[in-house]
Amino acid sequence: MTQLTFAPPPPDTEATEKLRADVRAFVAVELAHMTPRQRASSWSGRDPAFSRKMAEKGWIGMTWPKKYGGHERSALERYVVLEEMLAAGAPVGAHWIADRQSAPSILRFGTEEQKQFFVPKIARGELFFCIGMSEPDSGSDLAATRTRATAVEGGFKVNGTKVWTSGAHVAHYMILFCRTDSKSDDRHGGVSQFIVDMKTPGLKISPIYDLSHEHHFNEVVFEDMFLPTSALLGNQGDGWKQVTGELAYERSGPDRFLSTFTLLIEGFAMLGDNVDDRAKIALGRIIAHLMTLRRMSRSIAGMLQRGEDPAVHAAIVKELGTSLEQEMVEVLRLIVDAEPDGKSDNPYVAVLAHTILHAPSFSLRGGTREILRGMIARGLGLR
Amino acid sequence: MSETTDLIRDMAEKLFGAACDRSVLSAAENGAFQTALWQEIADAGLAGALLPESAGGSSLAIEDALAALRISASHAAPVPLAETMLAGWLAGGSLALPEGPLTIAPASNGSTLSLKKNGAAWRLEGRAKRVPFARDATAIVVLAEADGKNMVARVDPKLAAIEQGRNLAMEPRDDVTFDCDLGGNDVAPAGEGVNAESLRAFGAAMRANQIAGSLSRTLDITLQYANERVQFGKPIGKFQAIQHNLAMLAAHSAAANAAADMAAEAAANGMSLLPIAAAKARCGEAASIGAGIAHQTHGAIGFTREHMLHYFTKRLWSWRDEFGKESDWALIIGRAAAKAGSKNIWSDIVTA
Repeated sequence: MTQLTFAPPPPDTEATEKLRADVRAFVAVELAHMTPRQRASSWSGRDPAFSRKMAEKGWIGMTWPKKYGGHERSALERYVVLEEMLAAGAPVGAHWIADRQSAPSILRFGTEEQKQFFVPKIARGELFFCIGMSEPDSGSDLAATRTRATAVEGGFKVNGTKVWTSGAHVAHYMILFCRTDSKSDDRHGGVSQFIVDMKTPGLKISPIYDLSHEHHFNEVVFEDMFLPTSALLGNQGDGWKQVTGELAYERSGPDRFLSTFTLLIEGFAMLGDNVDDRAKIALGRIIAHLMTLRRMSRSIAGMLQRGEDPAVHAAIVKELGTSLEQEMVEVLRLIVDAEPDGKSDNPYVAVLAHTILHAPSFSLRGGTREILRGMIARGLGLR
Repeated sequence: MSETTDLIRDMAEKLFGAACDRSVLSAAENGAFQTALWQEIADAGLAGALLPESAGGSSLAIEDALAALRISASHAAPVPLAETMLAGWLAGGSLALPEGPLTIAPASNGSTLSLKKNGAAWRLEGRAKRVPFARDATAIVVLAEADGKNMVARVDPKLAAIEQGRNLAMEPRDDVTFDCDLGGNDVAPAGEGVNAESLRAFGAAMRANQIAGSLSRTLDITLQYANERVQFGKPIGKFQAIQHNLAMLAAHSAAANAAADMAAEAAANGMSLLPIAAAKARCGEAASIGAGIAHQTHGAIGFTREHMLHYFTKRLWSWRDEFGKESDWALIIGRAAAKAGSKNIWSDIVTA
């Protein structure tokens, strides 16, 4: 049978539940000042001071080796911290990418020197990363990347443009995906990854405002930017293989179904005691979906812990999860009598406006719905 | 996963894979009870899965019993395995049960049953709607309250008036009217935790597992068809539009199976209500979406009696409504969540 099965997730333990209680106590204090509208930014909300407080608690780099500043805790313990932070609307955005995929990539492919330099600082919440993948002519088609690093004495000279780079304006480093060899016959060959200091001469960041007038993503232009050979991450030419390994981390977490959780809470808070059966059915259905997705996502945490490759499983979680996030907006709209207004003092009304204006991005960022469905089809042997 | 679980799964896969051929499915649709298949199931110890060994059962772990049930559904086994398992659980060793297929009542809403003590004997009156396989059962195990206590009663179907009905998959669903006297040995107090709510929940956990099994097979059949059927010079599975639909069928099948696992764990863990409710609601939704994609992919041939697909999709369309449809279980979850308050939605999801 061509079935994609999700093995039972690792069970909760005394340690995970103690940790959960610790996180809840922490966010109850640290997030007390945040409005629902601020919480609704979810993992797009950035607060470097909050990131450093999380790091002090040992909640960044939880699974990494202690010798690189990590805490050698289980994938499930890390999962508990992530989901509790997201459910509470914590502003985890500053360190999110570095914790989720940059440091794991450095630990996997980096030199000893790179591991020692970058990873402990990331674990301390001092270094934030962004991802340099998309380009004006290379979105879903990542292999069409044109930014090129040409070998020069002592390193590489980089020219090209990256776009939609979330958090480039607050990140200290970028993991840049670009072409290093023009003569590769293989469409997926001849590309490499570099760790780029965002202050490197020749690198220019310009904001791209989104449709809600917020500044999350950027254009990053490289003009004859020099990178030393030591900036190369992994082997030259292995960029495709390395980048696809990151994606399971990027696509399987609770960030793929809890982005709109604040909307759900505020919607039902606004209804108060006026929750009729229609609203209860809608709420119950969403919870049923969340419980199932959470089980699937935790199952993937177990797969990652065992060193398995859950790329297709992760695509399923992201596709089902982001569809639910988007659908939640439509469900709440029809239950709660209110019109969206970002300037409203009513928490739900403001959160609704924010969520409607951000929902289209959920099924774009981190791999579009169409790319994910294609990956699942490939997993089914149809391609 | 335990070694026992693996053994039971292998055994079930072999048994149902070999026995549930087309002629068996077709004969069952035409109304014939599949005695030979049932005998194999009984001989393998699956019929008595949830009956204590002291009562002649095989006393399997609930997860193992549901794993076997899921496999039976992946072959559309047209027999009351779920109902016989439920009957064993209801009787719990305090009622001696006859050999052969069993069923339970009530199996759906709208049933009215009254059990009253009548000297040393008992009197059972009332009507149970859409009782699965009542006409074929050697006994109906009835759950009813008497003087505020949950009691279980063993009833010979010959003592009841049976009005035959069927679900969309042509599985017997009979309305049963009771107006009969029962002996003292026919009635016993229900076991601990056995009540109308837990019976409905266990039934829902069973149907969730059956939906997961049937949907897995629906995916297999549909993938095979998409790889074989050629149009415009290539297999239709090579077209992106079809691939995306099949990806969603696979995603919902995976979700249904994960939800069914959740229900099995919850059933084993004191019949914990919310995970079972979530599982039945999620599986029901997956059944609707999955069956739709499967038929769309198959085109007209999948719409024929001749093709195998309908044995699975008609079960999906029936089982999603049995023991509570999506909205029934969503309402139970939503009520609990609304009662707990919006601030506790997350902690309830984690604790459930």
